[in-house]
Amino acid sequence: MDLLEYQGKQLFARHGVPVPDGRPASTVEEAVAAADQIGYPCAVKAQVQIGGRGKLGGIRIAANREEARDHATAILGMDIRGLTVHELWLERASEIDAEYYASIVFDRTARAPLVMLSTKGGMDIEQVADEDPEAIASLHVDPLLGFQDFHGRRLAFEAGVAADVVRPVAEVLAKLYETFISEEAMLVEVNPLIVTPGTAGETAGRQVRALDAKVTLDDNSLFRHPDNASLRDTSAEDPQEQMARERGLIYVKLDGDIGILGNGAGLVMSTLDVVAQAGGRPANFLDAGGGSKADAITSAVEVILSDPKVKAVLFNIFGGITRGDEVARGLIEAFHQIQPQVPFVVRLEGTNDAEGRRLLAEANLPNVHTASTMNEAAERVVELARESMAGAAR
Amino acid sequence: MSVLVDRSTKLCVAGITGREGSFHAANNRRYGTNLVAGVTPGKGGQDADGVPVFDTFHEAVLATGANTAMIFVPPRFAADSILEAHDAGIATIVAITEGIPAHDELRVSAHLRRTPSVRLIGPNCPGVLSPGKANVGIIPAAFFREGNVGVVSRSGTLTYQIGSELAQRGLGNSSIVGIGGDPVPGSSFVDIIALFEEDPETELVVMAGEIGGEAEEQAAAYIAEHVSKPVVGYIAGFTAPPGKTMGHAGAIVSGSKGTAAAKAEALESHGVRVGRTPSEVADVAVQLLGG
Repeated sequence: MDLLEYQGKQLFARHGVPVPDGRPASTVEEAVAAADQIGYPCAVKAQVQIGGRGKLGGIRIAANREEARDHATAILGMDIRGLTVHELWLERASEIDAEYYASIVFDRTARAPLVMLSTKGGMDIEQVADEDPEAIASLHVDPLLGFQDFHGRRLAFEAGVAADVVRPVAEVLAKLYETFISEEAMLVEVNPLIVTPGTAGETAGRQVRALDAKVTLDDNSLFRHPDNASLRDTSAEDPQEQMARERGLIYVKLDGDIGILGNGAGLVMSTLDVVAQAGGRPANFLDAGGGSKADAITSAVEVILSDPKVKAVLFNIFGGITRGDEVARGLIEAFHQIQPQVPFVVRLEGTNDAEGRRLLAEANLPNVHTASTMNEAAERVVELARESMAGAAR
Repeated sequence: MSVLVDRSTKLCVAGITGREGSFHAANNRRYGTNLVAGVTPGKGGQDADGVPVFDTFHEAVLATGANTAMIFVPPRFAADSILEAHDAGIATIVAITEGIPAHDELRVSAHLRRTPSVRLIGPNCPGVLSPGKANVGIIPAAFFREGNVGVVSRSGTLTYQIGSELAQRGLGNSSIVGIGGDPVPGSSFVDIIALFEEDPETELVVMAGEIGGEAEEQAAAYIAEHVSKPVVGYIAGFTAPPGKTMGHAGAIVSGSKGTAAAKAEALESHGVRVGRTPSEVADVAVQLLGG
């Protein structure tokens, strides 16, 4: 689960990572009141889960109340790369002396957290990694040992941060690590991690602060973090994906016109690929899971057909725990309940496949075709989707 | 021969008194797997269909000599159960449970690595089947027969699909190993391919990967250096959009990393033939085995 900037910053604050004083707002009035409390100049920031919002006008600085009102009015409801802004984060505008980058990622290959630090903050880190890999200092932390002071010092010295902020940068890294572990994150990223100017042009009194926050939490651990579980931003979620999640189905919306249902993530991914190779465009990924019962299949058909772009549907089932007869019953029930208007191609193999095929033949559902192999099923569904398009155009 | 599980397997199942655990334990036993014990804390002294149940793995190992564990307990207890099996001296641990927190997996993996002789398969995997010998997990054994193709895969049903395509062409399997779809699998492709390389019965290896991580790329480099047997690859997820988790917690393209195209290319550049569909994988396997 990806958090919004302000949610990430609130987690940071809880673990002692310094962040600018700020408040969330979802209306213009709330925003103005928040800005008044924080004081000016004040940054008005769109809360959307997408990078590059600053360049698209999603972050503006207000010098006074009138500007705060103007900016909040402009940004709320704004469309940023397809996402509508529903929430703002207002925070005290920061003066910036230097921009660093810090992150902790869950490194699957090394099976350990990877902590990274760079003095080239404020830009895309993948670009830095490509152009100037030397500018990034990184190390793995043994999860059973944890983050030690020397880890922080080593990163700070190797990245070449200014001498006066070596200690505060190392401290921030330790606190970010604490956030990563205690909140069970998959990613904690701060870009930029800023250094504020000192007094009277001196370095004395310079401070380090997280100006942005990108946090991804592990969905599988949310049962241990009920507060975090409630942070899910359903407004950014596709309505079909939301409907599927509420019904316990694993569904990912794609932009094609062939609905796909299968059992098991690998087989469904493979089915999408085979359909694409046959010249079709999958409308979704839907894994009905292991051991799906008839009602899960009925729900799945409803979710797939709630996408109006779907012109044909492919069922690709290889039963292990999942039984072919249950799948057939679910499909028959779905036809009774929602009378689909698009053609279906069904390929059933594995546990109780013969019984499933017999049930389907007996039910004689309108516009349901069977195929005996995955390739044949893919070709058939692509053909039917084309015919269905042509029919609609006529 | 085969890898990981065979006639010498003495299986102990954690969660044997649960609904799923009892069903699959019984299935494994019916297949001929030597199921010697179950573990459910608080139910020690009972039996599950005649199989003795113990409170701890330690008691189970002491009383029955169990050498293989199958973990079938809910996600929040699964890491603890794996660590307990390891602490009791069990060398092969197969974790079926899906949904274990990633940080639990991280700690388990870091701890288990201190004992190189211990092998964890999974979590979030269908288990290991050595046709004709033993089945530990949920792989529907009826579709597979004995043979010389070793299969290692991150996905369950995709493995069945590939296995069935092989069977249609008359090929059987030495062992089928599901390493699971989680971000931190206990065993990688490299670990299992190394076992197949050593296994005299295995003449060809099929590895079925998917988007996310770098395990396939690592396997490609390893195969080029260390593997004399032919390997056929398959990668699922060419059509997966970046940033979306495709069912398996580990199956996600992050930025430009972990794409199917990059993985297929890595395998091919190291001389591994890659089938574009499961049926093409089986065709290539037939070709490489000479007919």
